[in-house]
Amino acid sequence: MRYLPLTEDDRARMLATIGVKSVDDLYVDVPQAARLKGLVDLPKAQGELAVERRMRALAEKNTPAGRTAFFLGAGAYRHHVPASVDHLIQRGEFLTSYTPYQPEIAQGTLQALYEFQTQVAELLGCEIANASMYDGSTACAEAALMAARATKRKRVIVSGGVHPHYIEATRTLCEAQGVEIVALAPAVDGEAEVMKHLDDTVAGVLVQSPNVFGTVTDLTPISDAAHAKGALLVATFTEAVSFGMVEPPGAMGADIVAGEGQSIGNSLNFGGPYVGLFATREKLVRSMPGRVAGETVDADGKRGFVLTLSTREQHIRREKATSNICTNAGLCTLAFTIHMTLLGQRGLSQLAELNHETACALADALAGVKGVELLTPRFFNEFAVRLPKGAQGVVDKLAGQNIVAGVAYSRLREGMDDVLIVAATETNTEDDIAKFAAALKGAL
Amino acid sequence: MKYTEEHEWVRMDGDVAVVGISAYAAEQLGDVVYVELPAIGAKVVKGKDMAVVESAKAASDVYAPISGEIVAVNDALGSAPETVNAGAEAGGWFVKIKPSNAGEMDALMDAGAYKTFVEGL
Repeated sequence: MRYLPLTEDDRARMLATIGVKSVDDLYVDVPQAARLKGLVDLPKAQGELAVERRMRALAEKNTPAGRTAFFLGAGAYRHHVPASVDHLIQRGEFLTSYTPYQPEIAQGTLQALYEFQTQVAELLGCEIANASMYDGSTACAEAALMAARATKRKRVIVSGGVHPHYIEATRTLCEAQGVEIVALAPAVDGEAEVMKHLDDTVAGVLVQSPNVFGTVTDLTPISDAAHAKGALLVATFTEAVSFGMVEPPGAMGADIVAGEGQSIGNSLNFGGPYVGLFATREKLVRSMPGRVAGETVDADGKRGFVLTLSTREQHIRREKATSNICTNAGLCTLAFTIHMTLLGQRGLSQLAELNHETACALADALAGVKGVELLTPRFFNEFAVRLPKGAQGVVDKLAGQNIVAGVAYSRLREGMDDVLIVAATETNTEDDIAKFAAALKGAL
Repeated sequence: MKYTEEHEWVRMDGDVAVVGISAYAAEQLGDVVYVELPAIGAKVVKGKDMAVVESAKAASDVYAPISGEIVAVNDALGSAPETVNAGAEAGGWFVKIKPSNAGEMDALMDAGAYKTFVEGL
């Protein structure tokens, strides 16, 4: 029997209530040219073997990162994820669980989120973290909105070192809510430029460290300058592993720290799903978007966990909710938590050092190629180089030699055609680096 | 003391109006855990939201009973929001407004009318 949720009569009454004649009338805003005429021409059903063969052939058109010399970064990083992470997140209790509204059946999920929040707060040097956001770019956008909410001001200054995709996501979400985004020109080492634009109307300054060019910046002077004008310092990041080695933004006075957590516990996943990290000061907690798992005691005095501070969320406050983010990236969050637990504090430091050493070796090798100029003055595992010719052409050429050479900055934002952003992680071998340097020499 | 249908009270103290939420509203909300107050100097408009009161079970807007400028806020509520439950119509006041049109007070309910209004809810 087919499941028919609506009868023809239901449908007619609903259409009459909203005052349209037919369901098609609801789509008048979609141009005719964009509408589907008739059914999609799909092949007839096939046997399992034939489907497998076809799908495998399609999948083999992709080149997995692990089969190349891989130097991509600029927002997504290839790190080793221990097999135990994937094994544990696939347990049914975690894999199929829904938003933990009911604490009596969701203690495991809630406790994992609670542990996650503790890890994120410590990693980012902040007092409190939420139970995660969708990804780095939307976390960054929500942080800018939060600065406007907390200061009751409507302008955010964005440094030219922020990842251009993050700037675009921030602009999209903020401008729809009347918050103006002032994005400064791209600059490899220019986070402090935001200070020149501070005045009493600025809600926050948004900077990134390590920034999209890999530059690590001491945020303390920027924080002092922002606070002197009553503005907040919002810091974003794309490479969470960096805080195993670099002072985290919260410890340098950032009021809101929001960015991408993919590089811990999560694979590249074709660009998503990822996990946004979001942390702030305790006094700003009521302006913070997203969920918070809290520790409590049950009727018998035993330790337990519940969602807390949820009275400001949309299921209660509707359009006046603090934020309309409702679902977090639960499974990615869990993967992050498990990997962090396996690493521990010392493991994370060692992982960070290994990344930095590999990146230093790569920088030495590339800087030894004639015509290549290292642009990033202080870096963690990612840096920018200037090439004597267009970076995108070089990337395309090296791809033919099975080397994924990095991201041409021009692919992210206009200008700087000759700038290439490269990253190195613990997954890169000496052989990868030698191969890259040799191929680059040949391409220039 | 005058009341609104949104359960705010307002009392003139010289030429300044003291505003809070009614004892009935505080009781309905239960334990108040947080109060978000406007900035001093902010202009408020009669009937528009000016503050937020949050209890363990709900977060609600508080509306300006009259138009004017915020001249004082009850900072004590920041560290002791439970003051609202202890004395909603006394120590638990929210803001002081310098009215731009004191005549707006006339349209509000007196204590007797508010009591009748609440009984009808």
